[in-house]
Amino acid sequence: METRRHAFVALIVAVLIGAAVLAGVPRVSAASIVASMIATTIAVATPLILGALSGVLCERAGVVNLGIEGMMLTAAFFGWASASYASTVWGLPPSISLLLGVAGAIISGGLLGLVHAALSVTFRVDQIIGGTVINLLAVGLTGFLNRQLFFGSGSSSGVSYASPGVLPRVHLPGLADLPVVGRVFEQQPITLAAIALVVVTHIALFRTRWGLRVRAVGEHPQAAATVGIDVRRMRYQSVILGGCVAGLGGAYFTLESVPSFEPLMTNGRGFIALAAMIFGNWTPTGALAAALLFGSAQALQINLQMFREQLSGAWSFLQHSSIVGLLPYLLTLLILTGVIGRTTPPAADGKPYDG
Amino acid sequence: MLDPACLFGGRGIVNESRRWMHHLGRPLLVPLLSVFTALVAGAGVIAIAGGDPVAAYAGLAEGAFGSTRALSETAVWTTPYLLAGLGIAFAFQGGLFNIGAEGQLALGAVAAAWAGYGLPLLLGAALPAVVHVPLTLVAGASAGALWAAIPGWLKARTGGHEVINTIMLNYIALNAVSYLLNGPLKDPAPGNVIARTPMIAEGARMGVLLEGFRVHWGFPLALALSVLLVWVLRSTTLGFTIRTAGASPDAARCAGMNVPRAVVLSMAISGGLVGLGGAIEVSALNHRHELGFSQGYGFDAIAVALLGRAHPMGVALSALLFGAMRNGATRMQYLTQIPADVISVIQALILLFVAAEVLIRRLYRLRDTTAPVALSQGWGS
Repeated sequence: METRRHAFVALIVAVLIGAAVLAGVPRVSAASIVASMIATTIAVATPLILGALSGVLCERAGVVNLGIEGMMLTAAFFGWASASYASTVWGLPPSISLLLGVAGAIISGGLLGLVHAALSVTFRVDQIIGGTVINLLAVGLTGFLNRQLFFGSGSSSGVSYASPGVLPRVHLPGLADLPVVGRVFEQQPITLAAIALVVVTHIALFRTRWGLRVRAVGEHPQAAATVGIDVRRMRYQSVILGGCVAGLGGAYFTLESVPSFEPLMTNGRGFIALAAMIFGNWTPTGALAAALLFGSAQALQINLQMFREQLSGAWSFLQHSSIVGLLPYLLTLLILTGVIGRTTPPAADGKPYDG
Repeated sequence: MLDPACLFGGRGIVNESRRWMHHLGRPLLVPLLSVFTALVAGAGVIAIAGGDPVAAYAGLAEGAFGSTRALSETAVWTTPYLLAGLGIAFAFQGGLFNIGAEGQLALGAVAAAWAGYGLPLLLGAALPAVVHVPLTLVAGASAGALWAAIPGWLKARTGGHEVINTIMLNYIALNAVSYLLNGPLKDPAPGNVIARTPMIAEGARMGVLLEGFRVHWGFPLALALSVLLVWVLRSTTLGFTIRTAGASPDAARCAGMNVPRAVVLSMAISGGLVGLGGAIEVSALNHRHELGFSQGYGFDAIAVALLGRAHPMGVALSALLFGAMRNGATRMQYLTQIPADVISVIQALILLFVAAEVLIRRLYRLRDTTAPVALSQGWGS
């Protein structure tokens, strides 16, 4: 089953890269298109990887996290707001401001994780509704604060904050110097951190005592409780940690991708991350593979934008960015409905613990 | 005079409303306290933002109910909330969580717009309003129903979870609508750069209720539908099957009910109601479909359905509340300079407190008489 799934991922990624090559090849060399597609895929997969890891952490402990989207949106706002504030009001240099921004994003994500944990563990709210609450709260709160703080509200004019820019690319010596493929390895810090976190989360969940406890709580909380594991405490820990990881994913939008905040800018990436987690069968490595798959669909969209005037005849409808724009979502829908066979969530996933 | 109960086989609307009146106090208590708590918390937000909460709420109330025009506008705002909320509530009754209302609304509106301007062109003649208006509404409702039936069918067929599938279908629908409005269905009028359809024919336009005001026939239609839904859910075989399949699929299967069919049907009816909401916006209000008309009705409607406890009458009350808040927000902003966005924060807080019923019960030291409502059980169900 796992082999089939990985073969499927490789096939789709190859098809998508092939499509990008077909669209651009007379003008740009195939090798450089492939390198650019891979580099873009890894970059745009970053919030998907982190969002999916957030989901893995929460759901392995038995808490469904539908609020990833809201956590990322909120963190994108607070990350950007704190970085801009630090650089404009405190006059800190860009590097330190950006670091404070990342910290702000992680903390705001963690706080929403706390809200979700309180709702689902303490108040035993239906977890899917709890996540929806977080998403709606995030839209309202970020829209309100964005206008209130940065655009003013009638009487008080907003302060004009200058953004400290985006996190710089890290030049990995050796790998990044390679011809053509070098750019694949020249990525920004959050992207590199996301890939490192896949490894860290895998080890933490499957090779440590803490991970064993998290999984026990998600599979059979009653049994875990009888051997002395504090179910509520473990769930709180995992969900807050998951919130922090989603917060780092949110930082990607305003501190790594573009140096500004737009309302609703996460645009469903949190839900695709959730789908990546399901597709990856609730494992960090599976989530990474799925995130790269969806990332390549998005990379294709970005690539086709550049070559859109070359699309003609039967392909001319692809000139509309919205047609390519729906591709990642359509792919998610198709993939999750049978192409890969059934996935198995943790046994106690989504069920409040009463003991 | 004929007792209306006879029309509906004895167990009809009258008995239902009597039962509802009898229990009015208890089911309303927690939602009312949730709204109250959210308003208090919202007052805190307004105060922190440097505004005067009392003036803000006074402005809100004046804008929502202060004049005939205000009342008319509140009804206009309430209509899409009510229809989308009824749709989501109907899915809840069938044990399904329809997060796809935003996409169903947009598709319903596009289909209605097409039926409104395209049908006369296709037939080469103008249609009389008595035919054309219903056709426009049916087109919108069918589009919503078909779109929502997809996740229903997927759930019944492959077990794919409707939550994730309706979310994906939202983005697919919104992108597809954006393509249609920028491409094949774009208004060809010279100089038009906006992504919108042509104006619908005169015959496809639903009339206003009150001369000089915007309130239209869609409002009483939506209210009538919520009464009809109470009857469908309580007193018809269809309603009983859908509720049983929602409460316990296993029990329904054992009783010989066709559970997959019930799942597809409840999603289709849910999407049909939402799509009708989109169609009414086109037929009665905008007379065309333009990109981004919805302003998040589909997502707010989740809160409307939950606040109304998925009961059609409860949904009607909460839709009225949401419509009034949205409508009053503009007046509040005008009078007090407090941004209208604060209303979406308050709406989210209402949903938060409605969801966290246990929190409200503890806060007001109410006795735990009922277990919290469970509408979903993770990915497994």
